[in-house]
Amino acid sequence: MVLNEQDRELIAAIQGGLPLVAKPYSAIAAQLGLTEKEVTARLQQLQAAGLIKRMGVVVRHRALGYRANAMVVWDIPDAEVERIGTLLADETCVTLCYQRPRRLPEWRYNLFCMIHGRERDSVLLRLEQIVAFHGLEKIPHTVLFSGRSFKQRGAHYIESISSSGQLCGSRNRKRSHG
Amino acid sequence: MDSIDAAIVNHLQEGLPVCARPFDAVAVTLGISVDELLSRLQCLLDDKVLTRFGPMFNAESMGGALSLCAMQVPADRYDEVAGQVNAFPEVAHNYEREHLLNMWFVIATERPQQAGIVISQIEQATGCRVYDMPKQQEFYIGLKLAV
Repeated sequence: MVLNEQDRELIAAIQGGLPLVAKPYSAIAAQLGLTEKEVTARLQQLQAAGLIKRMGVVVRHRALGYRANAMVVWDIPDAEVERIGTLLADETCVTLCYQRPRRLPEWRYNLFCMIHGRERDSVLLRLEQIVAFHGLEKIPHTVLFSGRSFKQRGAHYIESISSSGQLCGSRNRKRSHG
Repeated sequence: MDSIDAAIVNHLQEGLPVCARPFDAVAVTLGISVDELLSRLQCLLDDKVLTRFGPMFNAESMGGALSLCAMQVPADRYDEVAGQVNAFPEVAHNYEREHLLNMWFVIATERPQQAGIVISQIEQATGCRVYDMPKQQEFYIGLKLAV
């Protein structure tokens, strides 16, 4: 699916967040000079085409008390990545699981998963259990806990077209400052 | 944050329908009015538990690129380099992590070829090498963060 100019305006208007009102798409439509039906129909198409995964919220794990944010990285033989990646993704505490390229010699790991927990000890204990349960003792892995978090926001894909829009203006301004 | 807030966070992570009144069904499920749902959502945003309510894009389907990058930053320059990196609007988030590679950030660009340009600019600005590790495969995860 190719985005047209109207799609880009629509995405620019909503990427910083929808207004919290009972009829948010009506508010967006008024801002863009469209009808509510045009907005919802096009967003449904973008969602059906997979460009938008869903309309939802971005949760800040730390604010929920999930202070231990561990990136667990594994050095898995290429032929086994599929099998082990699937196993790890099925674990309830794993919130992301990706295969990524190695950067040798400095970085040997090719599978990345995120585990969020309230405390470091509980994350490490859970990891030990996962390793033992799946027999992963021979797979080299390490845990990178996070320290400070500098920036946490959803990705923006469209340069803002109008920063004067009342609904998203403040977020656009914030964005330009990083 | 009470049990209703927790239920709201869990429900909304799964996504809301794109329709004229997207909050109605969730409000009914939770047994609260739409007005109460919206005011609680506003509080969760104000308290920074949630960053926003909006679209979750699929970067690749959008024709864009998303990559995880890491750098080895000398301890005495850490704050300076963090400021330089975060000044790029393409940097979506940035974490300090305990490893030789101690700064980890995500770059999101509208076009794939822009990612390489941004990475070069970051290397020039900071004098640190950027290790770029774009996703090769994603293993499916359901939404399962229980609050």
